[in-house]
Amino acid sequence: MNSSSFKHLPWIAIGTIGLATLAVVATERGEPVNALWVVVASVSTYLIAYRYYSLFIANRVMRLDPDRPTPAVRRNDGLDYVPTNRYVLFGHHFAAIAGAGPLVGPVLAAQMGYLPGMLWILAGVVLAGAVQDFMVLFVSMRRDGRSLGELVRAELGVVPGVIALFGTFMIMVIILAVLALIVVKALAESPWGTFTVAATIPIAIFMGVYMRYVRPGAIGEVSVIGFVLLMLAILGGQWVAADPAWAHAFTFTGTQLCWLLIGYGFIASILPVWLLLAPRDYLSTFLKIGTILGLAIGIVFVAPQLEMPAVTKFIDGTGPVWSGSLFPFLFITIACGAVSGFHSLISSGTTPKLIATETDARFIGYGGMLMESFVAIMALVAASVIHPGVYFTMNSPAAIVGTTPETAAAAVTQMGFPVTAEEIAQTAQDVGETTIISRVGGAPTLAVGMAHIFAAALGGKAMMAFWYHFAILFEALFILTAVDAGTRAGRFMLQDLLGVFVPAMKKTESWASNIIATGLCVAAWGYFLYQGVTDPLGGVNTLWPLFGISNQMLAAVALILCTVVIFRMKRQQYAWVTIVPTIWLVACTLTAGLQKIFHTDPRIGFLAHAQRFQAAVAEGRVLAPARDMAQMHQVIVNDYVDAALAGVFVFVVVAIIFFGIRSCLEAYRSQSWTAREIGGPAVQAAAQ
Amino acid sequence: MNAAAGRVSSFLACLCDSARLMVGVPRYEDYVAHMARTHPEQAPMTYPEFVSNRQAARFGGVKGGGLRCC
Repeated sequence: MNSSSFKHLPWIAIGTIGLATLAVVATERGEPVNALWVVVASVSTYLIAYRYYSLFIANRVMRLDPDRPTPAVRRNDGLDYVPTNRYVLFGHHFAAIAGAGPLVGPVLAAQMGYLPGMLWILAGVVLAGAVQDFMVLFVSMRRDGRSLGELVRAELGVVPGVIALFGTFMIMVIILAVLALIVVKALAESPWGTFTVAATIPIAIFMGVYMRYVRPGAIGEVSVIGFVLLMLAILGGQWVAADPAWAHAFTFTGTQLCWLLIGYGFIASILPVWLLLAPRDYLSTFLKIGTILGLAIGIVFVAPQLEMPAVTKFIDGTGPVWSGSLFPFLFITIACGAVSGFHSLISSGTTPKLIATETDARFIGYGGMLMESFVAIMALVAASVIHPGVYFTMNSPAAIVGTTPETAAAAVTQMGFPVTAEEIAQTAQDVGETTIISRVGGAPTLAVGMAHIFAAALGGKAMMAFWYHFAILFEALFILTAVDAGTRAGRFMLQDLLGVFVPAMKKTESWASNIIATGLCVAAWGYFLYQGVTDPLGGVNTLWPLFGISNQMLAAVALILCTVVIFRMKRQQYAWVTIVPTIWLVACTLTAGLQKIFHTDPRIGFLAHAQRFQAAVAEGRVLAPARDMAQMHQVIVNDYVDAALAGVFVFVVVAIIFFGIRSCLEAYRSQSWTAREIGGPAVQAAAQ
Repeated sequence: MNAAAGRVSSFLACLCDSARLMVGVPRYEDYVAHMARTHPEQAPMTYPEFVSNRQAARFGGVKGGGLRCC
């Protein structure tokens, strides 16, 4: 054995440990598995994938060149383009890609047991998600950090470019609606949570004013002050919840919260950024990173047992949390954490403009996504450490489990997950809430799981209610920042799009144009939010699959772009690196999209659901959730809108596949390199 | 001892740089150095101006970033 073989020995050891732990996790039946097995299996997988597969992609597929100047070097302006230390940039990139997606998806997927979700997260990230992030980062880095829409237009053509832009806007709308829905579901009928989250608005405004007039530029100082105020707001929430008059003032129904959020989104996105958005961004970003680190330390330190079975009977698609069989819906439910198309927007955003050396892209692109995947694994662990009976009590729609501990205990025990009414009432009391029944949307479940882990590490049961509301605050805070920033970004997108037809709309300094575009954007996501909030099946059932489909659709678009670039670089013998995940994602999105439209089960197919309501209307009957004929018609309209939206997503995928294959063939037939890179060897030669 | 202290302080500086970049503010020192190198005739923005410039850029448009994942 020569010395070059020796360097593989530690990696063989890591691989062996990974396989052994994975075997334990996968085959253990009956006995609860410790979460550490899951952590070790995941980390080993990441290390091996990073060491070998990402290096293969960097050297063989992309041929990263450390001597080739990056956009940050060529266009250095100290502002947008700055060569940045790779560790510093890693933090920036990770903070931008990590959000609610990797936290919520795995929690919802836990209804099938932890094993299917875990295997998909690991396989998905290694072969699809991290590849996508890394490849898009590479493609954008070689083109001056251009955005995904511009890249598709340049490499595939103008028409696919417009289709991709339109698809991106629709994704924004669905993401904002589903994120807002999660907040509504977490805060409905919870005065403690509502007070704490509402308090973040004056806190952020105070920070904004402080930074504007008292201590300009003091980001660290103002963030520390804000953090202290946030913790006080959590304690204040407890006091509010205990006082009957104040508790009443901060108790809202889902519908009321829905309107409050729509109003908030509208106002927040037209206020100056320094006043509300930027300071809220500091709080949410730092709290997010801190909590994720805390959760990782907590899981290792507490080493909790996984109470959820490895696989539940709901892999047949009859689960109460969301409907549809394992294929394709598991792969739609867990998007972020395995593969997330939204990352392609981040990887073609600010990050490529800050890379100092081409070879850093591997650590930032591939490595950053592995880290996000680990967040998803932690969320899966957090959802699996709670008692399965409590999990299903929290995540089943009220239409199935009713609203009292007795009905819920009976319904969930009937499902095969024994739980008593006392356990349900006790859990609600432990976390300082009046009820935990049917708190769908993932966030409350994750908060209970996190409170479980944090309380075991720090403070015990007495601190459980604090940690629960801390976790709710943590999620709500960055979701609200995303709603705010997303509405603003959507408004600019819309002004750009509408400006083509009405030039006056393009004026971003015109109040009329701003208010119209913001109103349209808020109305678009508000429509889906309202529909979700009033849905008796909890809304997650409708909106989360639509979100998953749109997100995986964007991932497929990004991977098709990367495939075209590989062909244009005349590296087509390695095109399988992006073609294999593309085929998988296309299979998932098309199957799921078509099933959401045409499936004969009204719980899955929108058209079947509409037909059931139409039949009832014809007989003059009113079906829940509708209370009168007007609402019956509204449900039917919603179903057709949802079906049309799923149809749009299917169309976008099919169209981009067509244009992608066309471009690949064109590049294949060409004798030479056809990729449209900027700043390649030709530029360097000319400069000399 | 000094070497260890130096490593700790450079690690902390790196941490602070990363925290600032997470909210869209790159290294001010790099900006000042760049201005001195390429535009010595112009006065660079002060640090507070630099922060609000970056803040406006982060949320100021389609390409302004501020986008974050779901």
